[in-house]
Amino acid sequence: MSAELFSLFYQFADVFAFLILSAAGLAIVFGMMGVINMAHGEFIMCGAYVTVGLVNLGVPLPIAQILATLTAGIIGMIVEYLIVRRFYKRPLDSLLATWGLSLIVTQSMLLIVGSAVRGIGTPEGSFAIGGYTFSTYRLVLFGCAVAVLAGLYIIFMKTRFGVIARATMQNAAMAKALGARTGRIYSISFGIGTALAGLCGALYAPTMTLIPTMGATFVVESFVTVVIGGANVLLGTAPAAVFLAMIRMALNAGYGQIIGQIGMLFAVILIIRVLPEGLSSVLVRRGR
Amino acid sequence: MFKLLDGPQTLGRGKIFWSCFLAVLAGALIYPLFADSYDVGNFAYFLIWIFMALGLCLMWGYGGMLSFGQTFFFGIAGYGYGVLAINMGGGTATIAALILSVVIAMIAAGILGYFMIWGGISGIFFGIVTLSATLVLAFFLGQTAGPEWHIGPARLNGFNGMKGMDPLTVGSFDIEGSALYYLMIALIVIVYVALRILVNSSVGNVIVATRENPQRAEMLGYDVRKYQLLTFVIGSGLAGLSGALYTSWGQFITPSSIGLPAAAMPIVWVAFSGRNDLTATLVGSFLLLFGFQTITVYSQQAALVLMGVLLLATVMLAPQGFVLGIGRLVVDWWSRRRRRDEAPALADAGRLQSDET
Repeated sequence: MSAELFSLFYQFADVFAFLILSAAGLAIVFGMMGVINMAHGEFIMCGAYVTVGLVNLGVPLPIAQILATLTAGIIGMIVEYLIVRRFYKRPLDSLLATWGLSLIVTQSMLLIVGSAVRGIGTPEGSFAIGGYTFSTYRLVLFGCAVAVLAGLYIIFMKTRFGVIARATMQNAAMAKALGARTGRIYSISFGIGTALAGLCGALYAPTMTLIPTMGATFVVESFVTVVIGGANVLLGTAPAAVFLAMIRMALNAGYGQIIGQIGMLFAVILIIRVLPEGLSSVLVRRGR
Repeated sequence: MFKLLDGPQTLGRGKIFWSCFLAVLAGALIYPLFADSYDVGNFAYFLIWIFMALGLCLMWGYGGMLSFGQTFFFGIAGYGYGVLAINMGGGTATIAALILSVVIAMIAAGILGYFMIWGGISGIFFGIVTLSATLVLAFFLGQTAGPEWHIGPARLNGFNGMKGMDPLTVGSFDIEGSALYYLMIALIVIVYVALRILVNSSVGNVIVATRENPQRAEMLGYDVRKYQLLTFVIGSGLAGLSGALYTSWGQFITPSSIGLPAAAMPIVWVAFSGRNDLTATLVGSFLLLFGFQTITVYSQQAALVLMGVLLLATVMLAPQGFVLGIGRLVVDWWSRRRRRDEAPALADAGRLQSDET
């Protein structure tokens, strides 16, 4: 019995981790600036490629993953400085600009690197409970997802940067008048967002085939999580991921991955009819 | 009704514009007499996509709804045509398959649009929900390789795509080559003129008013949701028309014409051309398709990189769109020379402000 329960939890944790890791970066950028980064998938791809490249050079996997996360964060801040910064008052144009960037990056990678790169295997290690065998790495991913949420909680609720960031989020003009450097806050937030995308790619790099278009595998999940999550990462994205993970888990088990994805999409379309501003608007209102 | 052809919502009016229009049309009509059949087929291929671009122009430029789902409806109608044409057998039934597949796409647009528009989704989220639907459809069709995925005798065939449907046929006459080309020209003229009439009619004015300020339009007593849904259904239906024509043109369709990067293409065409005007979209999309096809012959990736660069350059340098911007410059220069009345200038000034929001 407990083995069945654990198996259920394991499946839930797997989907939940995927949703949180792929959506967290996108949600932060959307929450702070109201911008959806269409090149999110490409930052994930960047994280994955840097990780695999470093591992193939002999760097241990965890260090490669940290370096990949940092790389994606730094590239993100450069992109913010060069492109995204101009579009904070035109969110729809920021969508187009980042989509243009995404096209350029994906197709250039296809031109330069070619379609497939030698991957690295999933870290070995499995354990058995009852009659089932589980991969340890999947639980590591779940741990990372929880750690990301905890880390964001600490950054945004417990630090001085977090206070200023939340003030900027609520009323940018007022925060600026009170002396907050909103431009720098935006730049750092965008960097955190893309670093989280890089982390997602770094963590999933050992589990999947590396192709320049791999970002597309993540974007649907990240989009729908952010759509029903709304602007708040902790109160929106996390509950949205729990909710979607349950639907996804039930459908995946019974009907397979693709039906799980379709079911999730249908659930999201039904939910936006009822809660257009996302779960976070309801939870935040309750909280006040 | 034809008075509505010229109005404040469309650029290009008066004798000069329509003379140019007729000259281009005449050129297009006699083109197959001079060109070889391969080039005519290629031209017909460019024209297929124009409907999708015009539909997006209507939704985005006039209705203010940025849909990333043009290829979703393209795919639904494209696969719909294939399934129907195979199931109903070839011959004249293919015409019914064409019409039915577009209707299916419009019904799908009605359902998706109902949930989004009545749910109050707008702006960015409208884009990413439609894009999510598009990508999920592409993933779904990509994994239908097995023999269990069939509708009647029509195999979906996964990533390799569906094939074996008949082209459009009347009696025993296949509409291919220059016949298809003339059909495209006729359809484009009909759609273009109909859309001009639509956007300059009172319905079109409400659509534009909703783009400018939904609350204000609602306060004036219009149920803006119905107008938005109408716009979305028409715009998506045009994407469906492109899809059905595409399948009939090449007698195949694959999931890659739905997913990324195909989904970005209509956005690039319309953004580059100038989303606020049907004529600019028509001209710009054609030019881009022509250029894209020329480069694709050498390298598809390079052509797509160029599309990305164009999209980025458009939003950074000319958010109104390049073709529209150049068109405006020409018109300004012309009217300054002729010292024309101020009415058109006023109407244009009102439209210029819209993009600040």
